[in-house]
Amino acid sequence: MKLGSVWLAVIFSLKSAFKTFSRNKARSFLTTLGIIIGVAAVIATTAIGQGASNAIQETINSMGSNMLVILSGTSTHGGVKLGFSSTPTLTLSDAYAIRKEKAVKTTTADIGIGEQVIWRGNNWFTTIMGSNSTFPSIRDWPVGEGAFFTHSQISNASNVAVIGKTSAKELFGLINPLGHIILIHNIPFKIIGVLSRKGFNAFGQDQDDIVIIPITTMMIKIAGTTWVRSILVSAKSAKETVTAQAEITRLLRRRHHIRKGQADDFFIRNLTEIASAANQSTSTFTILLASIATISLLVGGIGIMNIMLVSVTERTKEIGIRMAVGARKRDILQQFLIEAAVLSLFGGIIGIFIGFGISYLISILSPLKTVVTIIPVIVSIIFSICVGIFFGFYPAYKASRMNPVEALRYE
Amino acid sequence: MTYKTGGVDYEALKGISMEVKSGDFVSIMGASGSGKSTLMNILGCLDRPSSGRYFLDGLDVSNLTENELAEIRNKKIGFVFQSFNLIQRMSLLENTELPLVYAGFPSVLSLEKAKDALKLVGLEGKEKKFPNQISGGEQQRTAIARAIVNDAPIIMADEPTGNLDSERSREIMSFFKKINEEKGATIILVTHETDIADYARTHINVKDGILV
Repeated sequence: MKLGSVWLAVIFSLKSAFKTFSRNKARSFLTTLGIIIGVAAVIATTAIGQGASNAIQETINSMGSNMLVILSGTSTHGGVKLGFSSTPTLTLSDAYAIRKEKAVKTTTADIGIGEQVIWRGNNWFTTIMGSNSTFPSIRDWPVGEGAFFTHSQISNASNVAVIGKTSAKELFGLINPLGHIILIHNIPFKIIGVLSRKGFNAFGQDQDDIVIIPITTMMIKIAGTTWVRSILVSAKSAKETVTAQAEITRLLRRRHHIRKGQADDFFIRNLTEIASAANQSTSTFTILLASIATISLLVGGIGIMNIMLVSVTERTKEIGIRMAVGARKRDILQQFLIEAAVLSLFGGIIGIFIGFGISYLISILSPLKTVVTIIPVIVSIIFSICVGIFFGFYPAYKASRMNPVEALRYE
Repeated sequence: MTYKTGGVDYEALKGISMEVKSGDFVSIMGASGSGKSTLMNILGCLDRPSSGRYFLDGLDVSNLTENELAEIRNKKIGFVFQSFNLIQRMSLLENTELPLVYAGFPSVLSLEKAKDALKLVGLEGKEKKFPNQISGGEQQRTAIARAIVNDAPIIMADEPTGNLDSERSREIMSFFKKINEEKGATIILVTHETDIADYARTHINVKDGILV
């Protein structure tokens, strides 16, 4: 048989399949219900998973781009081992030295303390953070109004401050804080900028409840220290965070005169790696949910097999007639396989629409923004056709094995 | 030629030997259970004899595979049954077209040929109707159209008038006569009615599985 005539026969079988289903609408719908539910569940769960993954990504991006955090190390006092940052080991010049490494874009040192801030009759307890001028670019947190302090203001240890939205509201209410003088630790600071809104971090802290001043001013005039609490590093790219980590480790060990075999006196956290780990666990969870949904597809396939068996028996006479006029086994097999596949595909398409609907409803009714991606849609379509062919094969095979004489005699 | 049927070994036909000439109009007569339907199934390549041989057009078909038999039925044999055997959910045109679909004709051509065949049996204008919308006589004429659509050289008719009144029967038989005379097709007619068998030129009687 030529390819052209195979194609003709396929089209003929397709027409026949549609005709069969339109005569048995309710039965066809109920038969495909398993497939419909399965596909809808796969689409909806992957959409939820993708939405959750996007939400995690967003939270992590809000911490800063390609960021590494260096904390000073632990110390042991008379057998008592203290936590990270318990021993000051990092200095401002460490932060500057790290900037020269190849994979590093820039750094900022920071010291944060809680302090009462006063403006005229108002006062507010907030976090005072000392940082470098690179802070907005590393934390991905631009200034909304005014300007951030410059590097020369850091060199001069100027008394300038940039205020977060929440602190600004508590101290100034509706008044624009720009140019006003606030008192921190009884030292006057001029407000030169207001940060844009950052919102809450992953732990529920209001990141906008903050006042940022030059790191030098913080060290000399307020904290009275030569150490910094931590150094934030921005790597040139997400990939280079690992290289940067190695470079920084090497540099800091040399600068801190740590001999071979001795432990580091600092600790580096790679936020990008934490992010990808979090993403990994979300996608594992999504795959798990989608696999469970796939079981419904298999159950749906059994439903199709069941109804195809009924259909083959009901149409025994028709099979006999077709064989009498020249249908070969292959023609009969093909006809019933196509019917099963079309039935299953129909279910799949309806399921996709329902899956879209469920995802949309979840987006509306819950804070999670679901995202339907193209891959589960394509996979569902292919999978439902395969389920139809797989579970349709036995009934179709049974039909093709009929004896024409006996099939014609069937009433 | 012998033939066994069912789970029980029952010899439906016992060592019969016969020959049908091309272009003949043959009637096979016999009471029910005489073995005439079995003979018809073998002659029509719907079934194979359990022993003995059957030559069709010089080709021994007794040992062909089921697919090869299907191809012979498709190309060389047209069937007309007592109960019409039309597919109910398909229109007259689609029913008539069916042998051509399995022969691999492109649908433009097969629809044209099916229309011509329906016209020949006087069903022009009823192509879009379904079997349950027409009379028994018209259904049998559709079956004849289906049998001749592929220009089959042999038409097997198994009690074609069994479900019809005498007027419709005459009408149907006139079509067979016409096909035999004008198209030169060999007609093998199975019946138990003598007045129907009278349309044939050659007469064969079967009784208890043997020719009498």
